[in-house]
Amino acid sequence: MSGLVPTPALSHYLILSAVLFTIGAAGVFVRRNIITVLLSIEIMLNAVNLTFVAVGRYRGTVDGQIITFFVMTVAAAEAAVGLAIVIGLFRHKESLNPDSFTALKW
Amino acid sequence: MGSDLLFYIFGAVAVGASLAVIGQRNPIYSVLLLILSFGALSGLYILLDAPFVAVIQIIVYAGAIMVLFLFVVMLLNAPHEETDYDERVHPLLRAGPTRFGVVLAIGLIAELWWALTKGRETGPFGDGSVSSVAAIGRSLFTEYSFQFEVTSVLILVAMVGAVVLARREPKSEGRP
Repeated sequence: MSGLVPTPALSHYLILSAVLFTIGAAGVFVRRNIITVLLSIEIMLNAVNLTFVAVGRYRGTVDGQIITFFVMTVAAAEAAVGLAIVIGLFRHKESLNPDSFTALKW
Repeated sequence: MGSDLLFYIFGAVAVGASLAVIGQRNPIYSVLLLILSFGALSGLYILLDAPFVAVIQIIVYAGAIMVLFLFVVMLLNAPHEETDYDERVHPLLRAGPTRFGVVLAIGLIAELWWALTKGRETGPFGDGSVSSVAAIGRSLFTEYSFQFEVTSVLILVAMVGAVVLARREPKSEGRP
């Protein structure tokens, strides 16, 4: 079994995290739906969390897990405020397409 | 060791579910697929000897934040995304942020390819255990106690902000 695949080291986790971050960053720009854009931001935050935990494990300290704890708190706050803004926007425009919110466009 | 294979299984599930989140046009399926992705990430945290993070990933992320998303998606009842451009046009030829997003994605993939080919292999993880919840709590309430308190202020501000933003206008309440 062990000869089947290489044992995952830190670099494997960093590459996986980079792939997830790329997916999230592409999703922010490609999708035309505010809720999916917020979900893409969550994917990026989770990719960063994975990096923190993997590097913390590599260095043998719990600091990475503590920063992950703070990132999750910020993500919860961001989701609450972001979804409140989405509800407010939907009430005004009856749309979730970010291109339809142009009141602040110069 | 079987846990080596588990890394690849969880990683493949996380990447596949995240790609499906981006590819999905119905936000309800997007939210459910993202919960699957978070479950796979939680498995990865257990492989990384971090059971505390794995548990709060499930409870806080999949349990609280994603249910909030699901609630808002169902409340707004606008399942399908309307697009004003032709889906058959190549992404590079579309206008505005979509084109920029494609360029950004290509740049990130090129960077990733560079890291994969040129990056040097890091050594295996050390033997030291970081899974102690007691050590996390001790560090959180001594070394990081100020940051912990600031976090509570952040949550209070977010709570007040969400209530103010989602409140109905006082004007509309007087209407019949």
